[in-house]
Amino acid sequence: MLTVLALLALAAHYVRAIEYTPIEATQGLAQKIFYVHVPAAWSAFLAYGIVGVCSALFLWLGDRRLDLFAEASAEVGTVLTLIVLTTGPLWGKPIWGTWWQWEVRLTSTLFLFFLMVGYLTLRRSIFDPLVRARYSAVVGILGAMLVPFIHLSVYMFRTIHPKPVILNPEGPTLPGSMLSTLLEGVAIMTVAYLGLVMLRYGIGRLQEEKEARHAAAS
Amino acid sequence: MPSPLLHATGIRRAFGPRVVLRGLDLALAPGETLAIVGPNGAGKSTLLRILAGLIKPSAGEVTLDGVKLTPAEPGSRRTVGLLSHRSLLYDDLTVFENLVFAARLMGVADPKAAAKFALAEVDLSARADDSPRTLSRGLLQRAALARALIHKPRLLLLDEPFTGLDAVASERLQRLLRERRPAGLGTVVVTHQVAEVWDFADRVVALVGGTWALEESPGTPLDAFMRRYREVVPA
Amino acid sequence: MAALVLSALILVIFNFARDPTVIRAQDLAPSALWVTITFAATTALNRAFAVELDHGALDGLLLAPVGREAIYLGKLLGNLVFTGIVQLITIPLFVLFFNLDLHGTLPAILLLAFLATVGFTAVGTVFSALTVRVQFAELMLPVLLLPFMVPPLIGAAQVTSKLLAGRPLADSAGWLQILATYDIVFLTLSVLVFPAVLDE
Repeated sequence: MLTVLALLALAAHYVRAIEYTPIEATQGLAQKIFYVHVPAAWSAFLAYGIVGVCSALFLWLGDRRLDLFAEASAEVGTVLTLIVLTTGPLWGKPIWGTWWQWEVRLTSTLFLFFLMVGYLTLRRSIFDPLVRARYSAVVGILGAMLVPFIHLSVYMFRTIHPKPVILNPEGPTLPGSMLSTLLEGVAIMTVAYLGLVMLRYGIGRLQEEKEARHAAAS
Repeated sequence: MPSPLLHATGIRRAFGPRVVLRGLDLALAPGETLAIVGPNGAGKSTLLRILAGLIKPSAGEVTLDGVKLTPAEPGSRRTVGLLSHRSLLYDDLTVFENLVFAARLMGVADPKAAAKFALAEVDLSARADDSPRTLSRGLLQRAALARALIHKPRLLLLDEPFTGLDAVASERLQRLLRERRPAGLGTVVVTHQVAEVWDFADRVVALVGGTWALEESPGTPLDAFMRRYREVVPA
Repeated sequence: MAALVLSALILVIFNFARDPTVIRAQDLAPSALWVTITFAATTALNRAFAVELDHGALDGLLLAPVGREAIYLGKLLGNLVFTGIVQLITIPLFVLFFNLDLHGTLPAILLLAFLATVGFTAVGTVFSALTVRVQFAELMLPVLLLPFMVPPLIGAAQVTSKLLAGRPLADSAGWLQILATYDIVFLTLSVLVFPAVLDE
C-alpha cells in the first residue's frame, strides 16, 4: 500500500520537477536529471548503510528477520545505484562533454554497486540459509565500513563533480523552488525505497516460511 | 558409582527450522565405551561434534570431568581427542611432522617425544617420514588415531572410524583401540554399522529421529538387538 | 613460487604495454608495482584456507584449546609473511625493470608496502575462510576483495609517485594517516567477525 502511494507521489514529483521548476541558467534542461539522480544516490547509500547496520545487528542478536531485511535493502539499493550510474552519465554528457569522470561521488557510487553485487552474488552461491545469513552479514559489515574509505581516498585523489548544493559549507545555494523540489524528491524517494524494501522483505519472509514447511515435511 | 567422566543434559540442536537433536541426556563413566548407532542423518555426527566442543548445542550443556565444555572456553577442549573418518592430517607434512604439529597445537610438553611415542603405540614408526598421501586408508586411520591420542585425552570420540576400511584394517584398528587405550579413557563411538562395534562397546544406544530409541548392555546377543533395531529404524 | 613468477611477468607486461616515448617509466611505475602486489596477495589468500579443507584439518585447529581469534591471527601472520616475501623480491625487480633511481627511499617504500598490505590482507583472510566453503571460491574471493584493495592501492601509488619524485615522506602524511586508519579499522573488525565465519 505504502509502496503504491510512494510511487504515485514519485510520479507527481517528476511532473512538478519537469514542468514547474525553473530551468537552470547554465545547464539547461539536462539539469532536471538532478531531481532523479540525487535522491536516488542518497537512497542508495542509505540502503547500504542499512545493510551494514542489519548485518551487525544480526551477528549480535541472531534474528533471521534482520538478515532478510538486509537482503531486501541490498536488492533495492542495487537498483537505485544503477539509476544513479545511468543518470549520471546522461547528465554528464551534455554538461561535462564526457560520459564518465573519475570523480568522488560517481566513483564511490560505482564501488557501492560492486559491493552490493558482490553481496548479492555471495548470497546466491550459498544454499544453507543459516550459513548464508552469517556469511552475508560478515561481508555486509566489512563492505559498509569500506564506503567512507573509498569516498575519502577518491576525494583526496581529485574532485570535479559539482560542489554539493545542500551539504555545502556555505549553505544551500539553490533558489527556493528548486531546493524545495529537490528536498521533496529526496523525501519521496526515501519513502519509495522503504516501501520497496518492505515489499521485498515480505517476499523474503514468505520464502523462508515455505522453506521451513518444506524442511519440516521431509 | 564413580562420578561420570562425561555428562550431557538436555542436548538440543536445531539448524534453522530443522530440529536434529531433541533433548538428549548422556552419561559416560571413566573407562567406559559407549556406542551410538542409528541410521544416516539421525544426528549422530552432530551429537559427537557437540561433545567435542566443535559446535554449540541450541540448548543443554555438556560437562567433561566437571568442567563445562563450550566453544567459547578453549581450555575445556584440552581433554578431548577426535578420530573422524577424515584424517585431519596435512598432506604437505610428513606423518611425524603432522603429529608434532598436533602436539604443539594441543599444548603437549615435549611434542617430538610425544609424537614418537604415539607413532609407536599404533605401530606406525616405520612410516614416520612419509607423507600422508602415500598411506593406505588403514594406515591413515592409524596415524589419525595417533593424532587423536597424542595429548593423552580423557575422552576419545570416534566418528564412523571404520569407514572405508577393509576387514583386515578394520580388525587391526579395533584391536588397537581395545588394547592400546590408556586406562580410564572414556570412549564414544558413532557408527551406522552396528556389527563393527558390538564386541568393542560396553553399552550401545540407538539414536533415531533425534531421540534415544534403544539401549543395550553387554552380553545381549547381536541378532536379538538387530531385530529390535530394525523395528525402530524407519526403512 | 607461482606468485613470484606471476609478479615478475606482470611487471614485464606493464613495461611492454606502454609507449616508451609517451609514458615515462617513472610515471607508470607506481601503478605497475601496486597492481602487481595486489595480484600476488590474492594468490596467497586464495590458498590460505583451502589447505584446511583437505582431510578436514580445520577441525584439528578447532579442537585445539585456543580461541578462534588465535586461528585468525595465525593465518593472518602466515599471509602477511607470504606477501611480505613476494614484495621483498618484487620491489627490487621493479626498480630493475623500470630503471628507477630510488633516491634512498627504499625504507620508506618498504614501510609503505607494509602499511598498504595489512589492511586488505586482514579482510582477505576473513574472506578466504568464508569463500572456501562457497561455490566458485576462486572467483568469489577476488570479487569480494578487490573493492577493499582500492583505498590502500590509491594511497600507496600516490605516495610512491611522490617519493620517486624526490619529495620527503612527510609530504604524504595525509595518505599515511588514511592507510594507518584503514589498517586499524579493518584489522579490528576482521578479528571481531572472524568467529562468525567458523561457527556452525
